[in-house]
Amino acid sequence: MLLMVKGAWNYKHFVYSSIKSEINGRFSRSRLGGAWLILHPLAQALVLAFVLSKLLGARLSGIESDYAYAVYLLSGLLGWNVFAETTGNTIAMFRDRANLLKKISFPRVCIPLIVFGTSLVNHLILLVITLGIVWGLGIAPAESLLVIPLLILVNMGLAMGLGLVLSVFEVFVRDVGHFWQIIIQFWFWLTPIVYVADTLPQPVQTVLSYNPMYWVTNGYQQAIAYGSFPDLQPFAVVAASAAVLLGLGFFLFMRASSDIVDAL
Amino acid sequence: MNKVKIHVSNVGKSYYKFRSEFHRFLSWFGVKCSSTEQTDVLRNINFSVREGEAVALVGENGAGKSTLLKMITGTVQSSYGAIAVTGRVSALLELGLGLNPEMTGRHNVYLMAGVMGYKEQEIGQLVDGIFNFSELGDYFDQPVRTYSSGMQMRLAFSVATAERPDVLIIDEALSVGDTYFQHKSFNRIKAFREQGTTLLFVSHDRGAVQTLCDRAILLEKGAVIKDGKPEEVMDFYNALIAEKENNATIKQDKLADGRVKTISGTGEASVVDVAILDNKGQRLEFVDVGQPVTLALEVEVYRFIPCLVLGYGIRDRLGQVIYGTNTYLKKQPLENVEAGARVRYEFDFSANLGPGSYSLQTALVSNDTHLENNYEWRDLALIFNVVNINKPHFDGCSWIDPTIRINQL
Repeated sequence: MLLMVKGAWNYKHFVYSSIKSEINGRFSRSRLGGAWLILHPLAQALVLAFVLSKLLGARLSGIESDYAYAVYLLSGLLGWNVFAETTGNTIAMFRDRANLLKKISFPRVCIPLIVFGTSLVNHLILLVITLGIVWGLGIAPAESLLVIPLLILVNMGLAMGLGLVLSVFEVFVRDVGHFWQIIIQFWFWLTPIVYVADTLPQPVQTVLSYNPMYWVTNGYQQAIAYGSFPDLQPFAVVAASAAVLLGLGFFLFMRASSDIVDAL
Repeated sequence: MNKVKIHVSNVGKSYYKFRSEFHRFLSWFGVKCSSTEQTDVLRNINFSVREGEAVALVGENGAGKSTLLKMITGTVQSSYGAIAVTGRVSALLELGLGLNPEMTGRHNVYLMAGVMGYKEQEIGQLVDGIFNFSELGDYFDQPVRTYSSGMQMRLAFSVATAERPDVLIIDEALSVGDTYFQHKSFNRIKAFREQGTTLLFVSHDRGAVQTLCDRAILLEKGAVIKDGKPEEVMDFYNALIAEKENNATIKQDKLADGRVKTISGTGEASVVDVAILDNKGQRLEFVDVGQPVTLALEVEVYRFIPCLVLGYGIRDRLGQVIYGTNTYLKKQPLENVEAGARVRYEFDFSANLGPGSYSLQTALVSNDTHLENNYEWRDLALIFNVVNINKPHFDGCSWIDPTIRINQL
């Protein structure tokens, strides 16, 4: 374990430059470059708002704005998109780096660190963009934003934990990645992002409370759209499960790391 | 004695197949699951390489050479045994080295050097040297996807050897480059060796093995079957390939000077006498540069042979063939040779060779190559020396005497 930390520290430059090139590489050869970062969530929010705003009504209780629903949608999507992207990238991390793993000897722990760093930077960029749009729409949350670092930590922890466990299995059984694509679709609609949990019947709400992503996205919605602090108690449970998943993930990763190179 | 740089003791590698992947997953958690199939890629490998030594790993595809290199490099873990490597290792495994095709060559240098453990400012100091050595010119700042495979190799090799490593590991990568860059790479490797770098590389190129290495290890089906001087090992390997085709036997004998004579073949015929004669028919051990000589070979045939071809090659000290021909190429094959026949061949030529020690290899085959029917293949069938008795001093292994015309204008 200590050896792993030391190895990663010696390779910090590699981790850093890989994160940089991953982020730059996403937009190489595209004309609009970084603008796609804004356009993706905006288009998604626009489509959903257009389809659903009539159904749900433009007003939400608790937010005094004409754009209340749009802001609710954007803040929930921020949390969700980061989760979905991070799990996706994490699951594919060993599979996609088969060449690197087979040809070069370096501390393997660098790979999850690179994925984590890249996702974190993406998250921060998305956060700034979302806050910019929200502010442009006339809603300016202030002190409730202080909870955001905690949200990021738990959200990324959950995503990385799940991703790490699945990434090890993905190397051996490639169905895992495809299966995850489907899961994430269902999960999205099982999480109150485009709809509001309060409008649902009580039994359904109880079921929802077992969905960890409900508490995560709810946190983002509370902090950004409602300008209030989320309920931290269920959040602690989510954080604990994220920690357990991360622990399991690292255990699997260490156990399987020699098998991984053989199977790639 | 120099320090041991690479020590491989009793190393093996097996791949396991489980009844289902689920059993593999259970095995990580300590649940005992017997794997249904075990493939041994390498078995009980033992060798060590000392500082400044250059060792070639040879063998057929699938013999386990690359796996062994990967284990020494550290990308693949051995199933049992211990591998110890001391000093900084630089490895060039297969082509590409994990280049990112979208990034420029320069950017990839930073990524590759980073993954080798260099810090950013160290790379900044190395990048000019890499640019110059690779000779990629404007391409250096173009995306790698526009590179040919040879250009990718140039970049990868230049990065891997930007600084002199203690141990350099190269896996066939060099065969991709053009001749010019191959020479350049060889020169750099030679220079590194003189400064104490240990070299371990895989190659199928006999020339490269014999010029670069002072030792070769032959792997066959996952085991070391020969470890010795490059000439001896390559001769054995060559004979081994022929054996596979013909189901023949291989025999190696040690000569007085420590070199090893390899004889292989199916044995329908055999070269029983080899001699180099002067124009009076006297056997020669020392041949003068440019002297007209006769190579006399006597062949005994033990079984009926529909078509008998005799070939020979003259090899230099390093074992490189500098001239070779056979009676098939010279359109004089013998047909329908009966058992019990004895044939005398005489080849007249001028020994236009540079001074030095040469050896002769002979082959009794049925057509152009020794792969179809190899009756007998004999390496180091005869060793002779060329001496310069009365010619002006000259360099090289060939006697190509010019007439010189000089006009002062």
